[in-house]
Amino acid sequence: MQVKNRIYDGTMYIILSGELDEHTANFVRDEIDRLVGAKKVKQVIIDLSELEFMDSTGVGVMIGRYKKFKEKGVPVFISNPSTHAERIFKITGLYDITPKIN
Amino acid sequence: MNINYMEIKFKALSVNESFARTCVASFCLQVNPTIEELNDVKTAVSEAVTNCVVHAYPYEKGEVIVNCALVDNCLTITIKDEGIGIENFEQARMPFFTSKPEGERSGVGFAVMESFMDRLELSKNGDKGLVVTMKKFFKGAERLKIIGG
Repeated sequence: MQVKNRIYDGTMYIILSGELDEHTANFVRDEIDRLVGAKKVKQVIIDLSELEFMDSTGVGVMIGRYKKFKEKGVPVFISNPSTHAERIFKITGLYDITPKIN
Repeated sequence: MNINYMEIKFKALSVNESFARTCVASFCLQVNPTIEELNDVKTAVSEAVTNCVVHAYPYEKGEVIVNCALVDNCLTITIKDEGIGIENFEQARMPFFTSKPEGERSGVGFAVMESFMDRLELSKNGDKGLVVTMKKFFKGAERLKIIGG
């Protein structure tokens, strides 16, 4: 599991690659929090285009980031989910709090 | 009628989640599944095994047994543990119900299994633990029959 990032015009892009499940969730959580905590950003976009697998653990991770960054006034968006990740997000209504953007 | 089966047993550790779902997915390859069907199975197995890892054994980690049976195009997966079990199945299956809200858990594991598989049943494993039984009807197997493979 890898968590990469880049900043462009006040937006932090977090790129997740590998498999997100119970085993890797803690690492992903901590990395995202560390990266976002270290910089002043206007919004966070979590890019899932390189994610090979995700189960509902991923939803918990996204909700957790939404709550955490909301305190700082930083919105979180999801981009490029696989059709599978998208189905899981839709079951949970996750897009209501962390909308999908292209 | 073609019948095949396999069983794996492992310790309820999160590191074994990817092992379990990959193993079951490999077993399914013989019925020529679509990528979509394979991902459905992988996700459902991952959800059930995550439950064993996170909830079944609050003290010492016990075992998880995954059993797969293929009868023609129908896969039956049973995932068993000998942990603390679930008192109220109906409540556990409700979307967003979680017994551990503090851990950033979404509580949609069973809802995901239900959505990605064709059947989902919960039962008690004797006097302790849980048995999750799921079924998937592969359309790929039908295609294979037509081709004559």
